[in-house]
Amino acid sequence: MKTAARRLFLENLGANNPVFAQVLGICSTLAVTNRVRNTVVMSLGVIFTLTAANLIVSLLRRHIPARVRMMSEVLIIATFVLLFDILLRAFSPEISRQLGPYVGLIITNCIIMGRAEAFALSHPPGLSALDGLSSGLGYAYVLLLIATIREILGAGTFLEMRVLGEGWMPWTLLAMAPGAFFVLALLVWILKGWVLARPAAEGSPS
Amino acid sequence: MNPFTAWFALFFAAVFTQNILLTNYLGMCPFLGASREIKTSFGLGAAVVFVMTFTTPLNWILYHRLLIPLGLEYLGLIVFICLIAAFTQLIELVIERVSDALYASLGIFLPLITVNCAILGASLFMVARSYTFLQTTAYGFGGGLGWMLAILAMAGIRQRIAKNRLPRGLEGAGIALIIAGLMAMAFTGFTGITAPS
Repeated sequence: MKTAARRLFLENLGANNPVFAQVLGICSTLAVTNRVRNTVVMSLGVIFTLTAANLIVSLLRRHIPARVRMMSEVLIIATFVLLFDILLRAFSPEISRQLGPYVGLIITNCIIMGRAEAFALSHPPGLSALDGLSSGLGYAYVLLLIATIREILGAGTFLEMRVLGEGWMPWTLLAMAPGAFFVLALLVWILKGWVLARPAAEGSPS
Repeated sequence: MNPFTAWFALFFAAVFTQNILLTNYLGMCPFLGASREIKTSFGLGAAVVFVMTFTTPLNWILYHRLLIPLGLEYLGLIVFICLIAAFTQLIELVIERVSDALYASLGIFLPLITVNCAILGASLFMVARSYTFLQTTAYGFGGGLGWMLAILAMAGIRQRIAKNRLPRGLEGAGIALIIAGLMAMAFTGFTGITAPS
């Protein structure tokens, strides 16, 4: 049991990573990664929602009728997103304003729906919560990587602090929509190529 | 500007300059996952246009006529997603009864629409930008059309390159993202037409 849990955890970070291996939840991946600070907040929201929603869905899995399954999952997810939205608005209204509707859009983040559907409905609560947590972490570190690249090259700053000298000409394209697509594409290429190149039996990639 | 021109300006902005997919990144999952064939993309695109055109104004009515008078703005998220889910379910039932051909081409995509972030996104942006009801109709319809345009273009390009040899890591999602990036660059070129705010 211990090893199964460990393998699940590592797989969600590496070979089965929600962002670069399954290519899910891309909307927020691209939209919030122009600044590292926004990405951190967004990742916290996703980790919180994923873990909590997976746990609740798993606890209720024997009571949810199959026909209204999707609807119930959406409602459970929406509840936690709403909680996070209200908390964020109360404690850091400025970041909440910058992220705007994207916090609410965590509801339709396909990773959360996908994990509830594919994992939580058929596994016990403890393992489901772990699955949610590790998927969330797998999402978070890929996002942070993208945000770091985009913020440093696109604005010359990291966490709003200037890291590249005054003479640096910002690559504005990277801060705009096309740059987001290109950075993610390159990352998918590199990470997927690397993970694919290793035999799956080796277990713990990345 | 007279209201008619203003409506069209917002409509075109929603289709091109502020394309919901290429500038706001909404609806990426189906955009990457269901864009291998033009036929599938067309069905999905049509379903998005249809649902978005109706749900965004409906959500406007709910938000401004029900939630604001009751002081329940913070429930917006849940109300929007419920309306969208209920609407798609209802339409699916109706289409299934009315026409088999339409169900085969449009109906099977409707369940997917509930979790399409573009639909929920349109409702949330409509609130965030405080559009009037008329503006919302333009935004909902234009946003849907813009999404459909983008996925059709993507499917066309992917069909063309389906047989080409690519590096292994770039197959599938990787190349699709690069194409999307190039398309986003092309769409930024439309910025000549701006929406009156």
